[in-house]
Amino acid sequence: MFGENLLNNYAEAVSMIIFAIGFTNLLLHKNLIKKIIGLNIMDTAVYLFLALKGYIKGRTAPIISNGVIEADKYINPIPSGLVLTGIVVSVSVTALMLALTIRLYKRYHTLDLDEISFRLRKEGR
Amino acid sequence: MTIFQCILLFFLLVCAIAVSFSKNLLNSVLIFMSYSVIMSIVWMLLESPDLAITEAAVGAGITSVLFFVTLNRIHAIFKSAGKKKEDVKEEGNE
Amino acid sequence: MNNDSLFKRLLSWIRESSESFDEDMTIQDVDENESFGVVDKQEHIENLEMVRRKVYSEKENKSMRRMEAIYRWFAVLFACFFTFVLIVTVSHMPKTGDLNNPANNEVAERYIKEGLKETGATNIVAGMILDYRAFDTLGESHVLFVAAIVVTILLRLDKKEKDGINTSIIETIGEAEKDDKIFEPKNDTILQKVSLIFVPIIIIFGIYVILNGHLSPGGGFSGGAIIGAALIMYLNAFGFEKTGKFFNEKVYKTVCFSGLAFYALAKCYAFFCGANHLDSHISKGIAGHILSAGLILPLDIAVGCVVACTMYGFYAMFRKGGF
Repeated sequence: MFGENLLNNYAEAVSMIIFAIGFTNLLLHKNLIKKIIGLNIMDTAVYLFLALKGYIKGRTAPIISNGVIEADKYINPIPSGLVLTGIVVSVSVTALMLALTIRLYKRYHTLDLDEISFRLRKEGR
Repeated sequence: MTIFQCILLFFLLVCAIAVSFSKNLLNSVLIFMSYSVIMSIVWMLLESPDLAITEAAVGAGITSVLFFVTLNRIHAIFKSAGKKKEDVKEEGNE
Repeated sequence: MNNDSLFKRLLSWIRESSESFDEDMTIQDVDENESFGVVDKQEHIENLEMVRRKVYSEKENKSMRRMEAIYRWFAVLFACFFTFVLIVTVSHMPKTGDLNNPANNEVAERYIKEGLKETGATNIVAGMILDYRAFDTLGESHVLFVAAIVVTILLRLDKKEKDGINTSIIETIGEAEKDDKIFEPKNDTILQKVSLIFVPIIIIFGIYVILNGHLSPGGGFSGGAIIGAALIMYLNAFGFEKTGKFFNEKVYKTVCFSGLAFYALAKCYAFFCGANHLDSHISKGIAGHILSAGLILPLDIAVGCVVACTMYGFYAMFRKGGF
């Protein structure tokens, strides 16, 4: 059932465990701020996994120095570009969710998701 | 370098678990900020300096500051820790 | 409590389903001077009591308590199963850092070999995201712009006082300012003296990171975030009036709009031409100089300005609801 690369891929396994921790955070907490922190943790775990996909042992960062242009001296630059886009999108989504939390608090004066949904049901929406 | 990488990954795990187990919201956000900084160093070890600079500036800078300002706006930061429960009980009984 | 083993503490945490797990949830619920609009104050207190009785009490609602316990156990079991499946998948993947991974194909080779000749940028990643794949960066800038618009819609306050409308939802700017200064009634002297030294240094560093985006690590996004952080520090030290002298709403709108419009006009032809790359006729220069790499440098500056203004705009909207 377990493949043969488990000990070699320990960093990817750690990133999967952190993803699951963030997901559990999302499921089990009632506080809105903790749920937003859980979503952020899930985001960064996925970025860690992507960056690990571009790493090649023994090679260096993809910045051309000293005129060396052979392709077997640098790591793969493509996953790096994808993660850069992802970080900016993650900060935008976090700012949006926090603004919505402030509006919810001003309306219902609580951060508890159970109470907010109870009151929404009571108001008939 | 792999021992250093293992230690840092272990710190990441500890921070991620500690965020959910802390009761005070301010403590959670502080631990989340340190999680971002450790993640930035891990990326430096994986030879991607672009990601390290961006995560340090954006994750540990802007996102955490936005969290703090939100906590200020919803009155969740208190001067002394023991003050909150008496306030809530007093106002609930009025 | 600290003498129990970790496992026992975990079990007791799972079992406490009726008690609220986080203490800081209902914070300062009833404020005397606010009117409530839709729900008046007495009903609001009754609602809170009813929710506390129904959701959080031990005696009154046993079935709900049992359902919560079942939900917690189920969530923990599902998370463990999920982790197990993911780790099994990871163990079957190719080795990390191996040379012959399927992810290291001919596209990466092409980007490294021909990157310097075709884009003129020494930083391969910056050359990739601003020249080969500039269309993706266009989409990302739009995501940032949409987030700034939505935060402005949600949090912006009107300048004049409003009478006769639900003041629990809309505050005025005066109230928001008073609310902001609960813990810091006066500006801090230490912060002011320190920021007089630090803010120019941080801004210069941010400009350096933006201008050298195609030569060394960095680029538009990180440089813009650094400049935004410097502006936030200035706002914290000196207050809204002094910052409003050089950064008010007009500057914000102008910079955001013109930066994004420049980027969009430069790269929107991809909608019509498909994958055909249009030459911008700006010379690629000598590799390693700042004025090189064709269109990458102006795009970097545009993106940096937009990101700096957006980050500062987020902060100002969250704090006061205006500039």
